[in-house]
Amino acid sequence: MRHTNTHSRITAVAVALALLCALFFPASGHADNKLQIMTATTDLAALAQEIGGDKVNVESIARGYQDPHFVEAKPSFLLKLRRADLLIVVGLELEIGWLPPLITQSTNPKIQVGAPGYFDASRYARILEIPTGQVTRAEGDVHPLGNPHYWLDPENGLRIARAIQDKLSEMRPNDSAYFAQRYASFEQHLKQADQQWLAEMKPYADRKIVTYHRSWPNFAEHFSLNVVGYVEPRPGIPPSPQHTVELIGLMKREGVRVIVVEPYFDLKTPNAVARETGGQVLVLTPSVGGEKEITDYFKLFDYDIAKLKQAFDATH
Amino acid sequence: MKKIAVLSTFVLFSTVTSAQQAPPAPPPKTSVSNAEDTRMKMLEDQVRTLAEEVALLRNELKDLRETKSAQPPSEGHILLTSARVEPGMLPSALGAPIAAPEAVPAQLAQTQTYGGASSNAKLLNPDISLIGDFIGTAGHNAVSPSRSLEMHESEVGLQAIIDPYARADAFLSFGETGVNVEEAYVTFTSLPAGLLMKVGKMRADFGKVNTIHNHALPFIDRPLVTNNLVGGEDGIDDAGISLSRFLPAPKDWFLEGTAQVFRGDSSDVFQATRRQDLSVVGHVRAYRDLSESTNLDLGASYARGNSAGLLTTSNPSAFFTNIYAADATLRWKPLRRAIYHSFLFRTELFWSARDQLSPVNVFQTQHAFGFYSDAEYRLNRRWTLGGRIDRSGHATAASLTDTGFSAILTYWPSEFSQIRGQYRFGHLAVAPNDFSNANELLFQFLFVMGAHGAHPF
Repeated sequence: MRHTNTHSRITAVAVALALLCALFFPASGHADNKLQIMTATTDLAALAQEIGGDKVNVESIARGYQDPHFVEAKPSFLLKLRRADLLIVVGLELEIGWLPPLITQSTNPKIQVGAPGYFDASRYARILEIPTGQVTRAEGDVHPLGNPHYWLDPENGLRIARAIQDKLSEMRPNDSAYFAQRYASFEQHLKQADQQWLAEMKPYADRKIVTYHRSWPNFAEHFSLNVVGYVEPRPGIPPSPQHTVELIGLMKREGVRVIVVEPYFDLKTPNAVARETGGQVLVLTPSVGGEKEITDYFKLFDYDIAKLKQAFDATH
Repeated sequence: MKKIAVLSTFVLFSTVTSAQQAPPAPPPKTSVSNAEDTRMKMLEDQVRTLAEEVALLRNELKDLRETKSAQPPSEGHILLTSARVEPGMLPSALGAPIAAPEAVPAQLAQTQTYGGASSNAKLLNPDISLIGDFIGTAGHNAVSPSRSLEMHESEVGLQAIIDPYARADAFLSFGETGVNVEEAYVTFTSLPAGLLMKVGKMRADFGKVNTIHNHALPFIDRPLVTNNLVGGEDGIDDAGISLSRFLPAPKDWFLEGTAQVFRGDSSDVFQATRRQDLSVVGHVRAYRDLSESTNLDLGASYARGNSAGLLTTSNPSAFFTNIYAADATLRWKPLRRAIYHSFLFRTELFWSARDQLSPVNVFQTQHAFGFYSDAEYRLNRRWTLGGRIDRSGHATAASLTDTGFSAILTYWPSEFSQIRGQYRFGHLAVAPNDFSNANELLFQFLFVMGAHGAHPF
């Protein structure tokens, strides 16, 4: 009978050995010496690319046309996270449903929460809609730390870029002059572009709009738009007939003609509301990569502003 | 600020002293009007002094504010053309430069304002959640009847980062009959050589359904094969150590190996009578993205330990149970409509070889096989339709085979609650060639309190 027990031990040892053997297979390395950056969203990837230039490889986990609240924690992301030197996240619990297990399972000490390679961009941005008083989920899927869609304000984009520059310089001191120069040029371009965007949006100042989700407070504040209602009755809660009726009433009362919808939401309710109110449904992308032509942070605003102008002109 | 403090103390002091002075010496009764006049005068004087002091304080405060807003912006300061004055910001006089909203301090100030000392002290508390799982059953099942209505489980989850090297997760399950530590383990995330180690009590990495908590399953019950061969609801869930690592894999494949050693006590699968009677679990997972929205997840598992339920024999340590399993999952979820549509097909196969004593006390090994297949389709943001087919032999009597199927409909009022109904048919073996049919309707209410957990994948 003793031999069976030994057999069990041998199995255990064999499994352990197999794993240990695997240790000595080196993880497939990268040919270049570039800093490997993973970001949670495409916008952060775009900003990191602006600063990092050709000294970094940047990749985003979420796609620009994907709802960043609901990304799947696919194991294929683990392979990329494992090799990352830096992980840039949106924070404010936007990624709470999918990023924590990915970070844990990545087995990469560099990007664990609190490690030097974990970079929470929200710490450098101006955050809106931080709830005061008691927070309950009666208000839907609220973000107790504030609205996480803060990158849609070019000023925040610049702040994040600045912080990324500091981080990259800290990680690659030899390239700090390069990153500083890239930041300076980005700052100059962004300020110019922002001036132009503001000028383009000026005629439409204080225009009232309705959005599907609360993705646009920073954008609306920067470009002086007035978001008066939402298609969702509460954040994360699908539209209800009663709320839709109320929304139609509100839009008629306030003379709202534009309904902004993120690319990952169903258009049925917004279309119905538009029909009732004579308004227009406008699919605006909150992220870089939301449409094929939006390949960087500048084109994101170019695209959204051009679309908005068209819609405002058409509905007035 | 010191100045203000000194001034305010002074004001307070003077008020107090003057208040003490206020009731003058009792005036002679003959000169009541005179006395009142004096009193009025004194009060007027007092009011005047106070007004002067207030004016003084105001000026002081103004000076302080002006010096503050005139301070040069800090180094990390960014000013865009459009920078505007914060709503909470004071208009600065003397043409002092308008300070742009500064990122970090603004946010810090906000959290400090709204948080307060007491809630800041709670910041180091773990993320706490409670998931309530209420199950009702109607219909007929003579073989394994469950109660009509039960608060099946209230699972408390406590999760936190322990230190720069580890995080811990604990799930305490409060059932109708007692409390059970479903899982409580620490995960070391910063080990060398890409190793991930978990230590504690945990659900073994054996197949798919064994790793999933009740509330995260796509059905109300567990598949027949889980109940018959892999320990039922608790499954292989034991105290031990787990080591896993990514393995070298062909391009585009993800390969992960896991080796686990447990004490050897898991429901009615494994039972340890001596310290040496450890059980082991090995698991290999292969994953591949077929496209952006479709992926394939394959797994092979092995578990070995001493057979449970043999305490009457003279040498229970000589009886082993080996279980082999294979699983395959195909997922489809279009990224642009991820919250509205998705499809999942999964199948798991189990082979159990269990050493035991036959009814006439002869050593024998029962070889039983079982599987389940399930499919689920998300119809829209709130509704999911699913189905499952079951077939499984009995671990202790392989010639008895149960079969069954289920249809499942799930409704989500929000991300934090779930209502589910399941029709279940079972063709359950009670003896060779003797079957009992079970027709049941199950319903379930799930609710989530507290911290937002991660979505299982």
